[in-house]
Amino acid sequence: MTMPFYVAPEQFMKDKADFARKNIARGRPLVATVYGQGVLICAENSSRSLHKVSEIYDKIAFAGVGKYNEFDQLRVSGVQAADVKGYQFSREDVDARSLANLYARYMGNVFTHEMKPLEVEILVAEVGAKQGEDQIFHILYDGTVVDEDRFSALGGESEAISSRMDRAFSPDWPLAEALKACVGALSGSERRLSPHELEVAVLERGNGRRAFRRVLEPEVQALLGAPGADAAAGSSGSSA
Amino acid sequence: MTLPMFPPGRDPGPDFHGVLRELGLSPFSQPVGAAWLAGQPGSAGAGGAQGMPARLDERPALAHGTTICAVRWRDGVVMAGDRRATAGSAIAHRTMEKVHPADAHSGVAIAGVAGPALEMVRLFQLQLEHYEKVEGQALSLEGKANQLSQMVRSNFSMAMQGLVVVPLFAGYDLRRGRGRIYTYDPTGGRYEETDYHAEGSGGRDARTTIKLGYKEGMSREEAIELCVRALWEAADEDAATGGPDAVRGIYPTVATITAEGFQKVPEAEVAEAFQRVISTLSSAEVRAAGAGTAAAGGGPAQAEGHHSADSGGSRP
Repeated sequence: MTMPFYVAPEQFMKDKADFARKNIARGRPLVATVYGQGVLICAENSSRSLHKVSEIYDKIAFAGVGKYNEFDQLRVSGVQAADVKGYQFSREDVDARSLANLYARYMGNVFTHEMKPLEVEILVAEVGAKQGEDQIFHILYDGTVVDEDRFSALGGESEAISSRMDRAFSPDWPLAEALKACVGALSGSERRLSPHELEVAVLERGNGRRAFRRVLEPEVQALLGAPGADAAAGSSGSSA
Repeated sequence: MTLPMFPPGRDPGPDFHGVLRELGLSPFSQPVGAAWLAGQPGSAGAGGAQGMPARLDERPALAHGTTICAVRWRDGVVMAGDRRATAGSAIAHRTMEKVHPADAHSGVAIAGVAGPALEMVRLFQLQLEHYEKVEGQALSLEGKANQLSQMVRSNFSMAMQGLVVVPLFAGYDLRRGRGRIYTYDPTGGRYEETDYHAEGSGGRDARTTIKLGYKEGMSREEAIELCVRALWEAADEDAATGGPDAVRGIYPTVATITAEGFQKVPEAEVAEAFQRVISTLSSAEVRAAGAGTAAAGGGPAQAEGHHSADSGGSRP
């Protein structure tokens, strides 16, 4: 029988955190921000079918960066948790805060108890009844929850993206302006991101019961192209 | 509550009913089949037509939904249902909704015991939405119809005790570009109808009315009028089916399902359709009421005095 080598808990945790951080930073980032009509989520994603941003419930969206299979499993579990809660109680009782806590507990557990931590960072956003009530929760690989009330950047270079967002941010900007700022923050000054490299979705106030709506490529093109284009102008021809 | 995490072998995937079963929360997970039936005293008498209850008189009176119908027309389907729920011979509710959207492009109408029927509708709606969210795209219309069939089947043992739920499912098939109608029996049998169907206690009368009035390629207005006429005739012959109630302003639920999706027909439009139906009733129909006076013409005699209000239905 071999004895395992002693590893100090500090070292063990640090190794795990470094492992998770390194792998998350390799993935492409995403950014979410509040705007006049709700919450905008914009991700760098060249795939049309493997989504990083999706609907969880009536007013709640999910986004993830890092290892696809891991955050997709978290997404499905979130949909199951939300639907079960809405079924047992009422649709009004499903909220982002409790879902973010469920995620945090699970991810924290995996981080402390499993050999390999999750190589993901996720975002849970909820659109409120009126402006100023929108919520964005950013959950890290170790279960740390960060509550943002303006914007949040996930994945590689998130600090640089955050500082670029910080300079442009205004709480009640229209969709076109917010999207332009997000794309500018993601791309930085050296490169340009074209609409087909982006995955964009919004949680929109006044979009009926299900607030989530994917902003498809033609609309992204229109929003990025026309300066000051009305957010409502391109809302047709896309679906949740 | 914790985040649901299922081991790979037990993952229900996009099946919400499966999630509920795994968590022990499913309302329709009674044991099904011959083994269960064999252990039931009195089950021999339970096999009546349409799974009629063996001992209705020994149970508390439960609310029943009654007549529903669906008709295919040029651009899709019209679904309609009266608003009355009965408990034995008493009226349990006057404003029950029996036609519900199932998702954006389909609807489900219910006849049978109201409690489990409404529960089934709620679960069915969630099932479709859950699938759509998990998989990223909606089920095909046939997939939705099969899902409902499984739910009806899982209610089979309850049906044998008299708690029968018979839904009617209709939707617009986006891939084939036409409206389609599916009917069910209490065993979960699923049957596609070509043009129309009606279900519930007044279903036979409604079905006959639609059969006589059906034309291929009807307009929206014609289809709505035919459904409304069918409900009128059903209410005329069946005490458990409610007619239009002009006094309280309660009219049957009517909805259209087309490529644009499920849309409820405004109550004012349904009221207008009733006016047209009443104005075209044949003199034979009116005389059959036995009232002998033209004034009561709109209202075939019924005990509640419910329909006599209709003759005053010229008031909107």
